Amino acid sequence: MTAAATEVRASGARDRTPSGSGGRARSSGAVRRAYPTWFYLPAAALYVIFFAVPTFASFYFSLTRWTLFDTEFIGFENYVRFFQEPQLVTGFVNTFVYGVTTSGAKVVLGLALGVLLTSQIVARGYLRSVVFFPVLVSTIGVGVVFLALLDPFDGVVNTVLAAVGVDGPGWFTDPQLALLTVAAVDVWKGVGIATLIYIAGLVAIPQEYYEAARVDGAGRWQQFRRITLPLVMPATGTVIVLSLIGGLRSFDLIWATTGGGPGFASDVIASVIYKQYQAGFYGLSTAGNVILFLVVTAVMVPVTMLINRRAVDR
Amino acid sequence: MKLSSSARGAAATSALAVLALAGCSSAANSNEGTIEIDFLVDNSADTVAAAEALVDAFTEENTDVSVTLETRPPGGEGDNVVKTRLSTDEMADVFIYNTGSLFQALNPDTTLVEMSDQPWAGELDEEFVDTVSTENGMYGNAWGATFGGGILYNRAVYKDLGLEVPESWDEFMANNEAIAAAGITPVIQTYGSTYTSQLFVLGDFGNVQTADPEWADEYTAHHRKYADEPAVDSFRHHQEVYDAGYFNEDFASATDADGARMLAEGEGAHYPMLSNLIAQIEQVAPEAVDDIGFFAIPAEDPANTTATIWQATGIYVPQTTEGRERDAALQLVEFITSDAGCEIQNEHLAAAGPFPGSCELPEGSPAILTDLATYIDEGRSAPALEFVSPIKGPNLEHIMVEVGSGIRSADDAAARYDQDVVNQAQQLGIEGW
Repeated sequence: MTAAATEVRASGARDRTPSGSGGRARSSGAVRRAYPTWFYLPAAALYVIFFAVPTFASFYFSLTRWTLFDTEFIGFENYVRFFQEPQLVTGFVNTFVYGVTTSGAKVVLGLALGVLLTSQIVARGYLRSVVFFPVLVSTIGVGVVFLALLDPFDGVVNTVLAAVGVDGPGWFTDPQLALLTVAAVDVWKGVGIATLIYIAGLVAIPQEYYEAARVDGAGRWQQFRRITLPLVMPATGTVIVLSLIGGLRSFDLIWATTGGGPGFASDVIASVIYKQYQAGFYGLSTAGNVILFLVVTAVMVPVTMLINRRAVDR
Repeated sequence: MKLSSSARGAAATSALAVLALAGCSSAANSNEGTIEIDFLVDNSADTVAAAEALVDAFTEENTDVSVTLETRPPGGEGDNVVKTRLSTDEMADVFIYNTGSLFQALNPDTTLVEMSDQPWAGELDEEFVDTVSTENGMYGNAWGATFGGGILYNRAVYKDLGLEVPESWDEFMANNEAIAAAGITPVIQTYGSTYTSQLFVLGDFGNVQTADPEWADEYTAHHRKYADEPAVDSFRHHQEVYDAGYFNEDFASATDADGARMLAEGEGAHYPMLSNLIAQIEQVAPEAVDDIGFFAIPAEDPANTTATIWQATGIYVPQTTEGRERDAALQLVEFITSDAGCEIQNEHLAAAGPFPGSCELPEGSPAILTDLATYIDEGRSAPALEFVSPIKGPNLEHIMVEVGSGIRSADDAAARYDQDVVNQAQQLGIEGW
């Protein structure tokens, strides 16, 4: 039971150093390492070369006008221009709409599916695989498939709708609908991960609580509301953090389906930046990436802290 | 003798490193035997077919050279591949790429081999030479033919309805009304391929230039704007056609391939497009090729109606290719516009306009070529804006999709595009921005 509880907590607070199996050996004063220190060097070198150096180089390049052939230092002009981009406002609004709707839908659907798939139902193992399967498929592949399925005229979905007398909308081509359609596809693809995390959280809740509650005459809803929901909170935190980060940075699915269109209707910050990069504005798009980095950090640090505090308070 | 495990590990690591390095270095230093060069082309089917045939014919003649064909994606992705490889000194020995403003962005003076001393250089049209030159020299030969941007129309539909090629915008709209009354889609739009949305603006540039011959230079100097007359007409015309409901119902999702099919089958009468769409029509409906004609987008004032012409693609050699490889690369560039090379280009590239170099069009060219040639011969043609000004904003296609979908008004869109080009002008360091 305790092992299961640690597992849930660990999944709730990923950034904490892993403890558990080696906990006892480590606490005995002088650390006896299983491997010599230089074993870490290859990983450290890769991290420095492919992550740290480019990250800091990008801070420099964001202050230049960069053609790949030469650079010219222009101070903060790129940042000024980036904030003057007319599609930036749409981009920001869309990014938050997309992040919040996908994250929210994944919490609700993930919890519902998690509860369903931990209860005693027929073909439970099979259904778990079915729910998880879309996670394994390439995002671009999913985008291309849904583009075909949701084609306003030849798509399967609208053909079926037409057969029952409903005039299906242009899912990806209606400016009002495009972003929400992409968000729905994102949820379909990503809900498997949320469900998996919830299943892990749900099976860790001791059955005794439910038994005690039943003895006290609690109904199904009361059990869910008073036992399941609070005790599954760490899993909810993990799902929110992971899906919100994913949602705020999302690009691949949007690019594969609408390309930010029609016009700029489904542009998010990431696609605005990518279009600048495509156009050869390397300094400007690097500045955009620095801003995206700061925005995601500014949103995620408080969210993570809040969720972690609640998990600890409990 | 046994190696200790750490020594074995080190040996394996160093072997791996050697292999990796060997993979990076090209075969640049082979002093004898065959010369190996790379040829980078975009991955469209007709380009690849033509390049393969050219390489086969070339290596048959020059048995000491072996050519490896590489492909890259078209459009913005391809721009990045070309720029990145040039700036990291990893460019293929011969490559094809756009002429005009995109060519200028390659920094040709420091990256490309100057070619004005080549034997074929004298045969190129002056208009073409301008698009592959900087102040310091000429850097490319021509790949393929020039093409026009305007209205591709179905001649059979015109004949059935007794219509005539319009010379003014009002005549064009009157034709559209007659076509709609006959139950045929007057104007095909295909925003599934977003680039096709720009033709009402880009293909209209000849008219702007005729109305105001200073326009391009003044535009580069930031003294003219799309939001003002006469250029704003291009945006307004696009909106007018949308407002009249003349588009095909699936305009938001159809692709350029759908557009080619609709036009060829007479489902739609007009398709504002580039004339090299004829290569696609030849593939989907070869019997309809002679039904397809071309006319310039009509201006408000018929006296201004002018065809807009795009120059051929360029073939270049990077400065990183040196010695025997450079000689072989230049030989390949020369071969492409030799008699044998021209024959292969004609066979695979479905010319949509006259060649800028020594190549000649084959006998019995499709009708669309005759239409285009008429404009050029009568002096009623002008180069597209990208060949006379380096300024082209990246978001024009999205802005035009907005106009053509009723999301944004024409005047608002033109103002928005004026804002969009500022990034490009600043990136290029042009004065006045």
